[in-house]
Amino acid sequence: MKKVASRAYVWLIYLFLYLPILVLIVFSFNDSKSTAKFTGFTLHWYTDLFRDRDLLMAMLHTLEIALLASIIATVLGTAAAIGIRSMGKAGRSVMMNLTYLPVVNPEIVTGVSLMLLFVFLGGLLGFQQGFGTVLIAHVTFCTPYVILNVLPKLRQMDISQYEAAQDLGCSPGKAFFKAVIPQILPGITSGALMAFTFSLDDFMITYFTNGAGFETLPTMIFSMVRRRVSPKINALSTLIFVIVLLMLILINIKDIRREKRERKQEKRAV
Amino acid sequence: MKKKIASAPYILWMALFTVIPLVLVIVFAFTNENKEFTVEAFTKMGQFIPSLIKSLKLALISTVICFVLAYPFSYIMSRSAEHVQRRMMMLIMLPMWMSFLLRTYSWMTLLEKNGLINRFFGLFGLGPFQMINTEGAVVVGMVYNFLPFMILPLYTVMLKIDKSVIEAAQDLGSNSFNVIRKVILPLSLPGIISGITMVFVPSVGTFMISRMLGGNENMLIGDLIEKQFFGNMYNPYLGSAVSLLLMVIILITMGIINLFDDEEMEGMMI
Repeated sequence: MKKVASRAYVWLIYLFLYLPILVLIVFSFNDSKSTAKFTGFTLHWYTDLFRDRDLLMAMLHTLEIALLASIIATVLGTAAAIGIRSMGKAGRSVMMNLTYLPVVNPEIVTGVSLMLLFVFLGGLLGFQQGFGTVLIAHVTFCTPYVILNVLPKLRQMDISQYEAAQDLGCSPGKAFFKAVIPQILPGITSGALMAFTFSLDDFMITYFTNGAGFETLPTMIFSMVRRRVSPKINALSTLIFVIVLLMLILINIKDIRREKRERKQEKRAV
Repeated sequence: MKKKIASAPYILWMALFTVIPLVLVIVFAFTNENKEFTVEAFTKMGQFIPSLIKSLKLALISTVICFVLAYPFSYIMSRSAEHVQRRMMMLIMLPMWMSFLLRTYSWMTLLEKNGLINRFFGLFGLGPFQMINTEGAVVVGMVYNFLPFMILPLYTVMLKIDKSVIEAAQDLGSNSFNVIRKVILPLSLPGIISGITMVFVPSVGTFMISRMLGGNENMLIGDLIEKQFFGNMYNPYLGSAVSLLLMVIILITMGIINLFDDEEMEGMMI
């Protein structure tokens, strides 16, 4: 009885999470512009989507920014984490507060503050907001997440391996890459992944720092949504959903295979 | 090891792109168009108080609903078989990868006067109900967007709760209610705190969800800040003052919440 109830509860939550997405997907194939009445099947909105050059450009920008920002943030953040780890208590506490500041601060305040800086500096040095400012902004809000992912790994790390490597004749640099990096690699990758996804999805901070003319996918979606109903948005959502789903399945396919094997073995054992 | 130097680039970056921008916000908040020191912006802020209170109210309601929905879900998830957990996790993460603008857009179409939900009620001769452009719609949008941010940290801490602790409580005569109240709840406190933080902060600062689902009558503080920087209400001095106020409120709230938690905030990271 308890089991049935908890299972029903889980399904209800998933229904809540996925029903709106399902509706979006269904109506991306709708003949008319109505979002409530299905009048007939069409792929019209998808062809429209692929003809939209601005949208394709925005997609490209989003990927470029996310890739660059996550790489820079990962290098910057990993180095910072190593530095923070070797600091005294007071220094560490100052650094941690600095790191949490962009995490805890409302995004809109971060966006506003960076916009003020870029407008101010832009006037001083004569540059416009665009690719560069968005990239800087993204690195700024991504780096703390890398640090927060790498630090726990550094804490668990066995420092004697690094010392042993040096005793055995490694240069400090080589010892670092051979004995430290492999130990903290899971933290680095999860930090990089987090940075990448946050950058991909960011709207708020991009909105305040992109200036006129440089659009990423989220800011583009924003302007589409503002013009209200167009099934093109539904088509876009469907595409994004399918891509994300495929990616998640690909990432997990190894696990799923291993699981299947294990379960088969269990069955045999029984 | 002289590793402290490794964090130098990060310190420089944060000084340039986090500390200086926040100082700029403070400077702008206390100046006017003629670059004179003034508290004028703060005296004008009276008109924003109702929006601020509404933002805090709706964010609080959303946080409570998210908690109530997420707590049993996370518990069930943490007690499931490992491969089920992985699948459940994937299904929670999947919608997070879609832009929140698209997810909010789908609720826009669902809640409309001629939307699917009203058509559904229409089948029974009910309605149409006014759902879009209400406070309730904004709350639905917030809960829908931020529920995963409550589930993930809760699940992470609950995973760490040893099954034997629960069994021990049961063996010693605790009923289910007491097991939850005296064992599970206290042990999951760090997760509760990070969950609350991760839902409350973005809810207070949002400006799109309210505009898309709340219409013009449900402007939140984020919408008003945005309006000071874009469009014809342009007034960065006032915008900075309101941002500053919002930031102070959030930081104080976080400070109070974290008093309950003596551990470091690492539970916050997924």
